[in-house]
Amino acid sequence: MRYSQKGMATAPTKTAAGQNAQQGFVYLPLIAGWLFPGAGHFLLRKWGRGALLAVSIIGMFVLGLAMKGKIYTGAQDILDMLGFVGDLGNGLLFLLSRVFGLGADQVQVTTADYGTKFIVVAGLLNVIAAVDAHNLRTGRKPE
Amino acid sequence: MIHASHFTAVLLFALFASTVFGITQRETPRRMFRYGVYCFTLFVGSAIFLSWVMFIIAR
Repeated sequence: MRYSQKGMATAPTKTAAGQNAQQGFVYLPLIAGWLFPGAGHFLLRKWGRGALLAVSIIGMFVLGLAMKGKIYTGAQDILDMLGFVGDLGNGLLFLLSRVFGLGADQVQVTTADYGTKFIVVAGLLNVIAAVDAHNLRTGRKPE
Repeated sequence: MIHASHFTAVLLFALFASTVFGITQRETPRRMFRYGVYCFTLFVGSAIFLSWVMFIIAR
């Protein structure tokens, strides 16, 4: 009698790959996901999800900059403070935009107002994505 | 620099936000896709509905 080795070989390989992904610092996907959109899912070998998250969040951030959106640099009042917290969610994208002086200082046209919101919401979505990666890592969310 | 219309901005916003919501709020790919489409429809639909409400109020 002949047996197919295909199915028998893939199951242990997948399990081993999953176990390798589950080893190490438990907060690594959360931190990596915050620093770079989708990186948390990439660490957990969720390539498709990570790529879609990266394209969506980076796309939203870049469109925000292209619309001359404002990058919050400090907190003068409560609304600025909330915007600054939202921008911080972008992780390295926020830091790089500050370093290279991207983004407008003042909102002067209507599209710039849209752009400012795009940048803030990109940061908030990135936080949601990073928390999702953490939930996958801890097993709170089924794979 | 991009000069997007309000509706274009709504479509782009809805597309990206729905993608992230779908992936993060559901477990299976099929349910992710369905929830993403649901969120996109609600984003765009509510924007159109509220636009008409504001148009009628402003008249």
